[in-house]
Amino acid sequence: MADLRELYQEVILDHNKSPRNFGKLESPTHQAEGYNPLCGDHYWVYLTVTDGIISDIAFEGSGCAISKAAASLMTSLLKGKPVSEAEKLFERYRAMVTGQGGGDPSEMGRLVVFSEVKNYPTRIKCAVLPWHTLHAALSGEQTASTE
Amino acid sequence: MSPSTVEQGLQFPATGFDVYRTRQEFPILNQFVRGKPLIYLDNAATTQKPNTVLCGLNQFYGCCNSNIHRGVHFLSELATRHYEDARVNAQTFLNARFHREIIFVRGATEGINLVAYSYGRAFLKEGDEIIISAMEHHANIVPWQVVCEQTGASLRVVPINNDGEFLMEEYEKLLSDRTKIVSVVHISNALGTVNPVKEIIRRAHAVGAVALVDGAQSVAHVPVDVQDLDCDFFVFSGHKLFGPTGIGVLYGRESLLERMPPYQTGGDMILSVTFEKTVYNDLPYKFEAGTPNIGGTIALSPALDFVRSVDLRKVAPYEDALLKYATERLLEIPGLRIIGNAREKAAVISFVMDCAHPHDIGTILDSEGIAIRTGHHCAQPVMQRFGIPATARASFALYNTPEDVDALVKGLWKVVEVFG
Ligand SMILES: Cc1ncc(COP(=O)(O)O)c(C=O)c1O
Repeated sequence: MADLRELYQEVILDHNKSPRNFGKLESPTHQAEGYNPLCGDHYWVYLTVTDGIISDIAFEGSGCAISKAAASLMTSLLKGKPVSEAEKLFERYRAMVTGQGGGDPSEMGRLVVFSEVKNYPTRIKCAVLPWHTLHAALSGEQTASTE
Repeated sequence: MSPSTVEQGLQFPATGFDVYRTRQEFPILNQFVRGKPLIYLDNAATTQKPNTVLCGLNQFYGCCNSNIHRGVHFLSELATRHYEDARVNAQTFLNARFHREIIFVRGATEGINLVAYSYGRAFLKEGDEIIISAMEHHANIVPWQVVCEQTGASLRVVPINNDGEFLMEEYEKLLSDRTKIVSVVHISNALGTVNPVKEIIRRAHAVGAVALVDGAQSVAHVPVDVQDLDCDFFVFSGHKLFGPTGIGVLYGRESLLERMPPYQTGGDMILSVTFEKTVYNDLPYKFEAGTPNIGGTIALSPALDFVRSVDLRKVAPYEDALLKYATERLLEIPGLRIIGNAREKAAVISFVMDCAHPHDIGTILDSEGIAIRTGHHCAQPVMQRFGIPATARASFALYNTPEDVDALVKGLWKVVEVFG
């Protein structure tokens, strides 16, 4: 196993301590609940989508450092981005944290801080839960579960 | 950063139990994981196996593997004898009256399911009540819920206090002539609470109910005597008692087992089959359909022998001292809170930390070679009761040392360092 500091990078610890876009949106156009029953990670993701653009995004809930930082970074990256780009990023991100290729730093931007997750099989679900929830919200589903 | 034992002036009392010698029986403990010596503190999930159990498995498959109860040949006779010897061994272990009161099952889960489906479906009706406690493992909740749905009976739950203790007065209020089954955990896997099961059973009998004790966590820590407890059913899993996985025991009172219909049907559990009529076999075979886990059953015997040889009465003061030492040392960690502070408590410590989620605690300890469990421990109602999503849990066995506790404390300081 690589050094723990590779997993718990400063950026992750920082987003865990002070999550960005943390809270509810007044009247979101999309929302979903994400739950990992095994470890109790539990989040809600809210979006306002106008003309195919994510004009606002927020999340609330609780969970481990990895899942919270993943939600926080996700929301800060996606604000102002087209929905199509969000879905593409989700695919690439999922490939990276599950160790199925991807992870090219030039493509992943700040999400590279999660590249070490692939070496911690028990933590992969934590890293993808917020993204699954986002995907569920954009697909018009109410809930996402890691199980 | 982490204060040492000596600085804290904490002394570990001599109890006369030689943990270091006992450890030598367990080869798995003597290894490195993630480049660090293994510190195994996940014993409530499963325990490690002594050499005698490993040899038992090896010997069975290497020398006497054969099916039982059906062959006329040498190996089959040998395997059958060892299998039935294990039953007598389990009978002695639990001090059951008869060996036919010992049913081999896959584990505690299957034992409870057997009673719920066989006894529950045959004897429960609408308006009847089943009582469990708020600290049950899912294995002692869900089977009863299903039986309630099927029979129209209802489930009542005895609440627990903030320390995680069973509330006897509340139990008394729930008991009535509608109560037909009381099913409670002996020692809670999520909180460590040791329940006053003897008194719980006495009161169940007073209203004419039968009582089941979930002994999954107790058999490795306290001596069990089913006649003294006067329970009607008792279940445990071999793998939590230094034995193999896939084998467990259901003890049932003979008069009840006699009246209960089979739980699964097929080979071995019948006396005769024609297409018109099947005559069920006698106890215990009525409840052991199909080829059982023969190797696991035979290797359960040396596990029972091991527990007998160390004598849990002598181990108890040691485990108590370990619990006390671990509790004191864990409370040195800033922002750490222990969930479950029952006066009668086994060496299981569930805890949460202000600075880190249990899952992160688990990952950091793992990188130090320390195995603990994180999550809801199959006891989600307990988590709900305490308003937390999950806990980190260190659970100890008779081979854990004060040095293991020191390593845990050191690991927790690392958590504080990363997240504090
Ligand atoms: C209190 C309790 N009951 C029942 C069980 C179920 O045991 P098994 O999974 O071996 O059937 C467990 C195991 O975690 C337990 O701790």
